[in-house]
Amino acid sequence: MQSRVRSGHNRGDTLLMVGVSCTNLIKRYGDVVAVDRLSLRVSRGECFGLLGPNGAGKTTTIEILEGLLEPDAGEVEILGLTWKQHHRELRQRLGVQLQETQFADKLTVEETLRLFRSFYHRGRTLDELLRIVELESKRHSWVGKLSGGQKQRLAVACALAGDPDLLFLDEPTTGLDPQSRRQLWDLLSRFRQQGGTILLTTHYMDEAETLCDRVAIIDYGKVIAEGSPRELIATLGAPRVVTHHGTLEDVFVALTGRHLREE
Amino acid sequence: MNTIDRGGAWHPLIELALARLREFAREPEAVFWAFIFPILMSVTMALAFPGGGNKPAIVGVEPGEGAAAIRAALAREPGLTVRDIPAGGEARALREGDVHLLVVPGTPPAYRFDPARDESRVARLLVDAALKKAAGRSDPWSAREEPVQLPGSRYVDWLIPGIVGLSIMGTSMWGIGFAIVQARMRKLLKRLVASPMRKREYLIAQVAGRLVLLPPEAGAPLIFGVLVLGMPIQGSILSTCLVCLAGALAFGGIGLLLASRARTFEAISGLMNLSTVPMWVLSGVFFSASNFPQAMQPLIQALPLTALVNALRSTILEGAALQSVTRELAILSVWGLGSFALALRIFRWR
Repeated sequence: MQSRVRSGHNRGDTLLMVGVSCTNLIKRYGDVVAVDRLSLRVSRGECFGLLGPNGAGKTTTIEILEGLLEPDAGEVEILGLTWKQHHRELRQRLGVQLQETQFADKLTVEETLRLFRSFYHRGRTLDELLRIVELESKRHSWVGKLSGGQKQRLAVACALAGDPDLLFLDEPTTGLDPQSRRQLWDLLSRFRQQGGTILLTTHYMDEAETLCDRVAIIDYGKVIAEGSPRELIATLGAPRVVTHHGTLEDVFVALTGRHLREE
Repeated sequence: MNTIDRGGAWHPLIELALARLREFAREPEAVFWAFIFPILMSVTMALAFPGGGNKPAIVGVEPGEGAAAIRAALAREPGLTVRDIPAGGEARALREGDVHLLVVPGTPPAYRFDPARDESRVARLLVDAALKKAAGRSDPWSAREEPVQLPGSRYVDWLIPGIVGLSIMGTSMWGIGFAIVQARMRKLLKRLVASPMRKREYLIAQVAGRLVLLPPEAGAPLIFGVLVLGMPIQGSILSTCLVCLAGALAFGGIGLLLASRARTFEAISGLMNLSTVPMWVLSGVFFSASNFPQAMQPLIQALPLTALVNALRSTILEGAALQSVTRELAILSVWGLGSFALALRIFRWR
C-alpha cells in the first residue's frame, strides 16, 4: 500500500478532528434498554474498541453510529457530519463490516468485490484491494468455498472498497483461527498507519490490547470504564499484576464481578 | 473534479443485475425449472387436448329390458361411443366423467346426466336424436354441414397464450421473491444499505436481472405451440414481445412488493400462493373468465394476469396491434409501477 495523504476530506487540523462522537444515546427494544445514555468520542486516526460481553449493547451502538439504526434519543456526529443531513456523503466515506453478513456463495471473490466497488465514486482498484487483503490467489473462487478467515478478509475488502476515512468493524475476528486473526490485525494496522480511523467491537481482550489506542468497556448499555488498555489495566493496582500479567479481562472482572465471556 | 471512478467496475445497476443473473445461472435447479416447466405444461395440455377431430360423446346404458336395442341404436350413431360399465358402477362412472350420460331403458327411456357439463348436454342431444330416429322418427330435412377449421380457433390455441402468461407470472414472482428473502436472511441486504448503494437501483436490478430470462420463459411454450401443435401467430412478433415485457415488469414489481417484508421462505411462499392461486382460477387461463358472475368482472378484469393473458390472446390469435391492447398495457403498468413504488417505501433492509 502506498502511503497517501488523506487530505481530500479532512480539511484543517486532523489530529483534533472528531472521527465519531455521540452523546446520550438511548435505544430501547420494548422494556429492554439496549443502549442507556451512552456517550463516546473517537478522534481521527484513532483505533477505538467497544468491549463487552454478548448482549452488552455493542452491536446496537455501532449500528446506530453506522446509520443503520435510529436511536430513540441522543446525538451522533460522524466525521463532523450528521446522518440526517449528509447521509449520501457519509456512505461514500465510511467502510462497514457487519457481524453476520454472508455474501452470495455462488459469486466469485472478484465479482463480489467488483459489485461493492461499483457503489463508490472513488477508491482503490480491484487489484489493489485483492492485494491488500491477500486474496489474489482466490480471485476466481466462489465465496462459498472460502475459509472463515478468507471470507472475513473479503468482508474487510468490501469495507475498504471506497477508500474510507473511517472503518466500522463489528467483531471482525470472532470465530477465526489464530493465524487468520493475526493476518486481519496486520491488515487493520496498515490501514491505521495511513491515517485511517477505526471503531471496532470485540470481546477478545488480546485483540483490544493489540489494536486499540483506547477502549470503552460496555455493560448493560452503559460505558463502565474508558481509557487506553494500559491505563485500564493499571487501575487494577499492584497485587494482581504481580501474580500474572494483567489484562482487560481482569479489568472487567474487577468492575463487574463477572467474566466477559462465559466459557 | 466530479468524475466518478468505479475502479473498473460498471454502473451499480449493471453490476447488481449481473450479480443476480450469475447467481441464477449457477443454480442448476432454478435454470431447469424456469425453462422446463412451461414446456412440460404445454406438452401436458397437448396430450389432454389433441388438436383436430371431434371427440365423441361417451354414453353408458343401464341394464334392463330393451337395453340391447338401445345399445345397438346408439352404436350406429357416428358421434357416440357406448362404453361398457361394470354392473353397479353406473353412478360412479357418471360422477367421474367416464361416461357423459347414462340411458335408463324403459318406455320412454330416461337420461341421467349433469346439465352443468357441456359434454353431457351434447351427449343428451345426440342420444335423443339417435333413439328417436331408431323409434321411427323421420327427419324433415338434413342440413348440409360445413365444418370450419379456422387456424387459431381450437381450445389448445386459446390455451397456449394463457400458459405463456402463467409462466411469466410464476417465474418473475417466485424468482425475485426467493432471491430477496434469501439475501435478507443472509443479512446481505443490511450490508448493502450500509454501502452507498441506492435502494431503488437494487430493486430495479432485481427485476432487470430477471428480464434476460424472459425470452426462454415466454418463448418455450410459444415455439412449442407453433412447431408441435400448429398454433398460428397472427400478430406481430414485436407486439407479442412487448406485451410479454410489460407482463414481466408488472409481475416483477409485484414480486418485489411481496418480498418487501418477508423474512422467511415460509412467509414468502404463503404470500406468493395467496396472490397467484386466485389468478390461476380467475384470470381465464384454462377457461374463459366470462364464466364468472357479472358482479365479479370488474375485479377479474383488473387483475394483472387477466390483462396479460387477454393482451397475449389478442396479439397472438387475433393479430391485434398494440393500440388495441392499450387498456391491458395500462393495467399492467399500474400494477408494475404501483407495486414498485410501494415496495421501495416499505422494503425491509434488515
